[in-house]
Amino acid sequence: MKYVDEFRDGQRARQLAGAIAEEVEEERSYHFMEFCGGHTHAIFRYGVPDLLPENVHMVHGPGCPVCVLPMGRVDAAIDLARRPEVILCTYGDLLRVPGSRKSSLLQARAAGADVRMIYSAADSLQIARDNPDREVVFFAIGFETTTPPTAVVLKQAHAEGIENFSVACNHVLTPAAITHILESPEVRELGTLPLDGFIGPSHVSTVIGSAPYEFFAEEYEKPVVIGGFEPLDVLQAIRMLVRQVNAGRAEVENEFTRAVTRAGNRKAQALVADVFELRKQFEWRGLGTVPYSGLRIKEAYAAFDAERRFAVEVGRPRENQACLCPSVLRGVAKPTDCTLYGTTCTPDNPIGSCMVSSEGACAAYYAYGRTREPAVAPVDA
Amino acid sequence: MAHGGGGRAMSRLIDELFAAAFDNEWMAAGNDAAAFTAPAGRMVMATDSHVVTPLFFPGGDIGALSVHGTLNDVAMGGGRPLYLSAGFVLEEGFPLADLKRIVDSMAAASREAGVPVVTGDTKVVEQGKADGVYINTTGVGVVPEGVTVGGNRARPGDRILVNGTLGDHGMAILSVREDLGFGTDLQSDSAALHGLVAAMLEAVPGIRCLRDPTRGGLSATLNELAHQSEVGVRVREAELPVREEVHAACEFLGLDPLNAANEGKLVAVCPPESAEVLLETMRAHPLGRASAIIGEVADSDRPLVEMETAFGGTRLVDWLHGEQLPRIC
Repeated sequence: MKYVDEFRDGQRARQLAGAIAEEVEEERSYHFMEFCGGHTHAIFRYGVPDLLPENVHMVHGPGCPVCVLPMGRVDAAIDLARRPEVILCTYGDLLRVPGSRKSSLLQARAAGADVRMIYSAADSLQIARDNPDREVVFFAIGFETTTPPTAVVLKQAHAEGIENFSVACNHVLTPAAITHILESPEVRELGTLPLDGFIGPSHVSTVIGSAPYEFFAEEYEKPVVIGGFEPLDVLQAIRMLVRQVNAGRAEVENEFTRAVTRAGNRKAQALVADVFELRKQFEWRGLGTVPYSGLRIKEAYAAFDAERRFAVEVGRPRENQACLCPSVLRGVAKPTDCTLYGTTCTPDNPIGSCMVSSEGACAAYYAYGRTREPAVAPVDA
Repeated sequence: MAHGGGGRAMSRLIDELFAAAFDNEWMAAGNDAAAFTAPAGRMVMATDSHVVTPLFFPGGDIGALSVHGTLNDVAMGGGRPLYLSAGFVLEEGFPLADLKRIVDSMAAASREAGVPVVTGDTKVVEQGKADGVYINTTGVGVVPEGVTVGGNRARPGDRILVNGTLGDHGMAILSVREDLGFGTDLQSDSAALHGLVAAMLEAVPGIRCLRDPTRGGLSATLNELAHQSEVGVRVREAELPVREEVHAACEFLGLDPLNAANEGKLVAVCPPESAEVLLETMRAHPLGRASAIIGEVADSDRPLVEMETAFGGTRLVDWLHGEQLPRIC
């Protein structure tokens, strides 16, 4: 497959791994957080840890939009779906996420709720056009990548005057979450989470560019490499981070030059700015309340805001106390540290969100590597 | 509803549609059951209910699929299929033209396979209680002497083969079901495999296991075999035949071709010394041109399927957990 196979070439991977092994300094440990679940997925799917030297550790970050959605918002989605007049549309891997009442959107659908899995935001608007006597709610989640398409459908619905369409906005922002991690006690005060650099999500940067990450490099002295999701991209990003650490540099570098620029996609940014505004705070599963980390729909599009139209209440239910998802999402625990992992919590019966989405760290461990000790950062390293 | 009520309308439906399409002595007799001479030896029997959306898809339809699916189940038991039954559940209001198209397709598939549909049943349910049409088919066959295949017979060192490209059916269905329009001419691989199986068993009577990787795809089949035989399985990603279109569609949707359904593919396990002969035999058959040896049975007490990735690493190939759902990004 053109432009894909080139980035999965095994021989080149071994060459790159050899180059990394030559460049790492034996006495040093390297701890790199891949922020995005897409990277976590790729790392396990292609067996990347097998190719890394023992002193290079990958720390899994919170970058799975399904995993970071708090239970209260999952409950709210289920409540919306149960309204007889509502058709609730959302992306596939959200359907299995359990809420606080041991229910999920899939279970709600089995009980009669009209829940539709969609592949794009545009599908939800078409469902609204096709069902004028129903209320169609698009339950929108995702980082900066999926936000512009949501903005587009809101503008289209506004322009066409579609009255039976609304959006429950749960879009969140990557830079705010990285700041939150870097400000966390585990990193700042206790030093229990060593972080020597970040692999930044390339799909996010196709929209926002690489410039927003320059702040981390400067303020926190952490190198950032914007990396693609193919396994050779990941290896190359690791090599670039190793070089920065060795040289004592902390800069933003762009591995994914085939699609990412410093400024990003200005048209997409303008669309998002036109439709959305920052929430003062937004709750993330695992990270808690993070200031200015989520988006809401602007007043001009209030008619299409499901939170206002249905007076959605978002509760703060208690998580299972034994579930370590919050620590896993912050990178301070690995899935195998959790007593529920692989016992009561499996992909067939997920207790925590990290086991639900295929991008979650627990699901990736379980699906691709549960027979061995994965190469991840020990918390006391 | 009248067509399922047991009265004149139903009788006409049976005579003018089903009996005419299947056109054989057992159907023409019009009895409640078909009587036939049972051959000597071990019989094999399989049943399968077919529920598919949409009913008509690139490369096939529910009618042909209901014939192929059950014939293949009989064949995977090592059997030569002899007779089929067909049970229909129709939703009230289902267009007769569509039903005729489906029944004609079933009849054509059964004629091509040389296995007649000798008995059947029709029920009609109220509108909204079904999704157009559901078809159950049952097949009976006979297992040749000297042949014993089963999922529990894989042994360490055995080789694992497939007869062609993986995931074609699943992705062909998805491309039309979700109205995604991949812009390819990807077709379902729906086919009857008993002819291929007969040739394989003639060349290598000692085949240990046969299984068709339908729902759940190759990953489910290999995990089933590993569990039943209590062995490990190791496959090589570079050897897995996958069409570029399937690969691209899966990539686009965040799905795994190993989990995608097949309707004209089989997995065979055979002793290592027979592997090359079996491969040549399979490749000589029209339904096995793209056959490949994809891995081997491992000497392990953990029934896990591992894959050497084309990238040079190793990973588990796990069961599909629930429905395969596309990733958000």
